[in-house]
Amino acid sequence: MTTVDVPPTAEAQTPAPLPRRKRNGIRSWFANLPWPARTGILVAVVAAAYLLPYTADVPVIGPQIITTGTDWRTTLFTVSYYILLSLGLNVVVGYAGLLDLGYVGFFAVGAYTVSLLSSPDSLWHTHWAWLETIPVAVAIAMLSGLILGWPTLRLRGDYLAIVTLGFAELIKIIATSTPGFLRGDTGFTRIPAPPGHHADGTPLFGVRDSTPYYWVGLTLVIVVIFAIRNLDRSRVGRSWLAIREDEEAAEVMGVRTVKFKLWAFAIGAFVGGLGGVMFAGFQGFVNSNTFVLQFSILVLAGVVMGGSGNIAGAILGGALIAYIPERLRGVTDPISHTDLFQWRFVMFGLVIILVMIFRPQGLIPSRRRAMELRDRRKEAAPE
Amino acid sequence: MNFSGLIHDFGPLTVTGLAQGAIYALFALGYTLVYGVLRLINFAHSEVFIMGTFACLITWGFFGLDQNSAQPSVGGAIGYLLLGLAVAAVVSGLTALLVELVAYRPLRRRNAPPLAFLITAIGASTVISETIGVLTHHNPRGVPPMISTKPVVHFGNTDITGLQILMVVLALALMVLLEWFVGRTRLGRGIRAVAQSPDGAALMGVNKNRVISLVFLLGGLMAGVAAVMYVLKIGDTRYDQGFTLGIQAFTAAVLGGIGNLRGALVGGFLLGLVGNYGSGLFGTAWHDAVGFVILVVILMFRPTGLLGEALGKARA
Repeated sequence: MTTVDVPPTAEAQTPAPLPRRKRNGIRSWFANLPWPARTGILVAVVAAAYLLPYTADVPVIGPQIITTGTDWRTTLFTVSYYILLSLGLNVVVGYAGLLDLGYVGFFAVGAYTVSLLSSPDSLWHTHWAWLETIPVAVAIAMLSGLILGWPTLRLRGDYLAIVTLGFAELIKIIATSTPGFLRGDTGFTRIPAPPGHHADGTPLFGVRDSTPYYWVGLTLVIVVIFAIRNLDRSRVGRSWLAIREDEEAAEVMGVRTVKFKLWAFAIGAFVGGLGGVMFAGFQGFVNSNTFVLQFSILVLAGVVMGGSGNIAGAILGGALIAYIPERLRGVTDPISHTDLFQWRFVMFGLVIILVMIFRPQGLIPSRRRAMELRDRRKEAAPE
Repeated sequence: MNFSGLIHDFGPLTVTGLAQGAIYALFALGYTLVYGVLRLINFAHSEVFIMGTFACLITWGFFGLDQNSAQPSVGGAIGYLLLGLAVAAVVSGLTALLVELVAYRPLRRRNAPPLAFLITAIGASTVISETIGVLTHHNPRGVPPMISTKPVVHFGNTDITGLQILMVVLALALMVLLEWFVGRTRLGRGIRAVAQSPDGAALMGVNKNRVISLVFLLGGLMAGVAAVMYVLKIGDTRYDQGFTLGIQAFTAAVLGGIGNLRGALVGGFLLGLVGNYGSGLFGTAWHDAVGFVILVVILMFRPTGLLGEALGKARA
């Protein structure tokens, strides 16, 4: 058989060459700008993001970007909550290095709490307004993160993955099999929208125009970005880094690993719950089919594809996983004139594979992580 | 909580649980083999399995068999079964090899971080299942009657069908065969060597890539056999049925101790039984939930599963 294959393959013989550091990438260019210029660029980017619903009015490029098969503004809203979820999952997977395959569970907890408190279908008949449910929903999502994390965070990576997967599955099973409480397939209807009226008395958050929803989503995304960025640069973020790199070493150096892993879980769950709240408010309807497990895997794919451990990467990844399938909707291919939409997931899968093969660190790799990985490779194969 | 129902149906639940467990066990072997050697959850394994179910049904379709055809004679049924098993095993095995070649090998060559493998596996899984979905118009495909559903053994209210006996026997036999292969043959020694220390094995002249391909092939063969048993038991297949079953099978592998061949068997049968008793007690909707709860409880006390991780440490 194979055991006499001398010399061993090239792969085993020589370590792959270390990636060369790019000295004049766009990010160092940005970091070296004087602060007024940086602020100016940031403000311009944010303003452009808020103006995205009007992309269709941009001549030439606009019509290429917008989705033809679905409402562009609704797509933008979808993109915004996918980005939110990617940012939250990035904290768990990218920062703390905990593989969470059941992230949709927290999304579900958020959405269901809103439904239970506000929908007229709910057993509780509390009829809260959407805004009132937010603090309760995110608090319960966070709590569910702690409850899931407490018994399981002592497990190593892959075991944690399966348990989190089980958690999401469990929530879905509870939802499908309690027709009285979480109402299974029937679901909750008439979940109230966010408050506010136009001058003429029509509700601001209506079904006709998703732009206000998108703006709310975008605002939340920006708030979450700032919060997470500051967390990452704090004592908590450094603890996450230490845990991700070497849990035992971190523990020995006095990092309270279980505590900070729980924090990562709780913050991830918080953001996931927030995504669920937004989703429920927009959709007005929540049932058990909303929370399929494939959804969390999709978000995970977004985080890793974008570049895990990096906020810009999570944003790009989250945006791509939401945008690509929607963009392919209603596009006919030039050869057989069938709707490409049915092939969207196939193409999506291919894109994921290709991205990971050609950029294993993700599209926008985290610099800190890249350096860590370089270090580790040196350890493995000293020159 | 339906205790009297559980006690009354204990026999039938045990029998169907063991039959379901046989599928889990064979399916779980694929996860466990790959994990034992590469420390990697092969997410595309559920699609390897689904390819097996379709390969088997399409082969039978060539002979004009579909869900409406009459039951073939005993000799014919044995022939069709053997053919179906062979085709499904080969197609699943080749799919597994292809996944390894396309989704994993390029990453290994580039020394990618572990998460990247998970993501390409998810990508590969999406591509395969959605391609099948588009080609079959997202419809289920029915299974021709093969084995009589008349029970061959009775114990009180417990009926055992020929299919159930066949499933359990086949799972046990394949397990013994695989154990022998990994434990006693030269190729198996290569597998254990790579599982123990990939670099050490490479230095000793083991062709790592070939061993890894072999491991994927073995897992695929087992999944193919499980696929045939599954279609015979359930009666149809669909492009997206692999995912949930895959999660259950993976749970079984973790339950027994992932990376441990006997663990997959123990975990598979245990999960089949526990799930069935659970659905007897709480209702069928809770079948999968019971399995997960048991998994969490067991992992809290035995963090590496019932039998522990041990592909590399198996007896020499």
